[in-house]
Amino acid sequence: MAPQAQHVSDPPSAAVADDDRTATKPVRRRRPPSAVTGAVYPVTFLALLTVAWFVVTATELVQPYIIPSPGDTWSTFTDHGAYLWEHTLVTTGETVAGFVIAAVVGILVAVLMVYSPALEKTFYPLILFAQVVPKIAIAPLFVVWLGFGTSPKILVAVLMAFFPVVISGISGLRSVDPELLELTSTMGASRLKTFWKVRFPAALPELLSGLKVAATLAVTGAVVGEFVGANSGLGYVILQANGNIDTPMLFAALIIMSALGVLLFALIQLAEMLLIPWHASRRNRV
Amino acid sequence: MFAKTGEGAGSGAEPAAHRPGGPMVEIRGVDVAFRTGDRTVQALSSIELTVERGEFLSIAGPSGCGKSTLLRVVAGLTSPTAGEVALRGSPVLGPRRDVGFVFQRAALLDWRTARGNILFQAEMRGLPKAWARKRADELMELTGLTGFEKAMPFELSGGMQQRVSLCRALLHEPDVLLMDEPFGALDALTRENMNIELRRIWERTGMTVVLVTHSVAEAVYLASRTVVMGPRPGRVIEEFPVELPGHRDYERTLKNAEFQRITSRVRELLGSTAPAD
Repeated sequence: MAPQAQHVSDPPSAAVADDDRTATKPVRRRRPPSAVTGAVYPVTFLALLTVAWFVVTATELVQPYIIPSPGDTWSTFTDHGAYLWEHTLVTTGETVAGFVIAAVVGILVAVLMVYSPALEKTFYPLILFAQVVPKIAIAPLFVVWLGFGTSPKILVAVLMAFFPVVISGISGLRSVDPELLELTSTMGASRLKTFWKVRFPAALPELLSGLKVAATLAVTGAVVGEFVGANSGLGYVILQANGNIDTPMLFAALIIMSALGVLLFALIQLAEMLLIPWHASRRNRV
Repeated sequence: MFAKTGEGAGSGAEPAAHRPGGPMVEIRGVDVAFRTGDRTVQALSSIELTVERGEFLSIAGPSGCGKSTLLRVVAGLTSPTAGEVALRGSPVLGPRRDVGFVFQRAALLDWRTARGNILFQAEMRGLPKAWARKRADELMELTGLTGFEKAMPFELSGGMQQRVSLCRALLHEPDVLLMDEPFGALDALTRENMNIELRRIWERTGMTVVLVTHSVAEAVYLASRTVVMGPRPGRVIEEFPVELPGHRDYERTLKNAEFQRITSRVRELLGSTAPAD
């Protein structure tokens, strides 16, 4: 009869009920310290990794042209700072543009598909095709169509990031409690109002997960685009450094690219904290 | 602001109990059949039922007797295959705005506070804000939620969540409150407390309530009339007027001879119509 029974005590009067409330408060208070202690683990791990890197190169276990020392890599940052910064800005611009376009279009497509089964059936195969086609193979075509500017890179980034947004958007929008939708139908509200006040907020947790994946893929997309034909951006830097067997520069570019992906990821993590503090995924961790 | 689904639906500021007499809900020859694959399941068969204004009607029955479907038909969430339903004399043709609905699960918006969830009703209907806030505060006081205004659903116990759901269902002063197994997910103690609370609220407001339940004690303790339904096809087996004092003390009512007579009769009927639940 009572499969989901929760609190045994459920005082009828407000006076007693206040005790119930204090019992739930620690959940809130526990959050900030765990966010700090939580950072200890990855930071420690990265530090250990750097030490291992240092040891491997300092003992010349591996030749420096294969793995440059942390010191050489660091000097690349200091000696070629302006050069790296310039190309980082290019890739960042392409990544952000690709991500934003993918997010906006992806969410719109997800909404249309959820509301119209006919549209879903029509476009799903196309979207799937766009996902499974190897981006590195299709990138040259974009260069032919759009030239050597930033637009083919943005397009590859969009193509990479689009799919997780659509998929998470669809499943998020469908995850809304059907009883809530029935309830709103007894409230006589318009479909638009129901969408903004019920469906969209209910979809946010899944949608934000999809956006996190999309953010990291957008970086990859932009760099893949640059590999195929570019005279600027981190992908271009990597191709040049590879030609000169300049491994410290390769490492520097790789580190920046990873940092870019992590930064975007962290931004969406922050958005999660602000937008869905109520969701279980945010309540139980960080 | 929005199209009204039923005649006179909506936001009358005057409680239902104070309106002139006459039946609140009329159910005439209602059949509901569901088609699953090539099988047709008769969920409800020739239901005839009238709920008077200010009456507390409870519907008891085993799982699958169609009692929830009946409630949904009254709210206009499910269309009958045959027959008709009228609320306050106007036929139910689609989801009705003049009802308040409480589900078994509280079905709250996770991202809103208790108060925000109650006010959701007013926002969706476009009711005046100041009025809605005042009414929400009154209802929270009535249901013992004062002090919990800013609590998020995940911070509330099951019973407290269901109180929020009840306040939300009452905010717009519906003509009839429809409750579908509202306490079915609660533990026995909480359930008892909620029964006492609901009875007290009904005694104070005199609203029209239709409550669907598995629990025989709940059905009889709360109601002014109990309807027993049976399965396959879902139909009304018998009705009992519950002639107990208007103000019902829980302990005393449970020991009352009339209460025990009705509950044992209802249990007998349920036992003879369906396997144990």
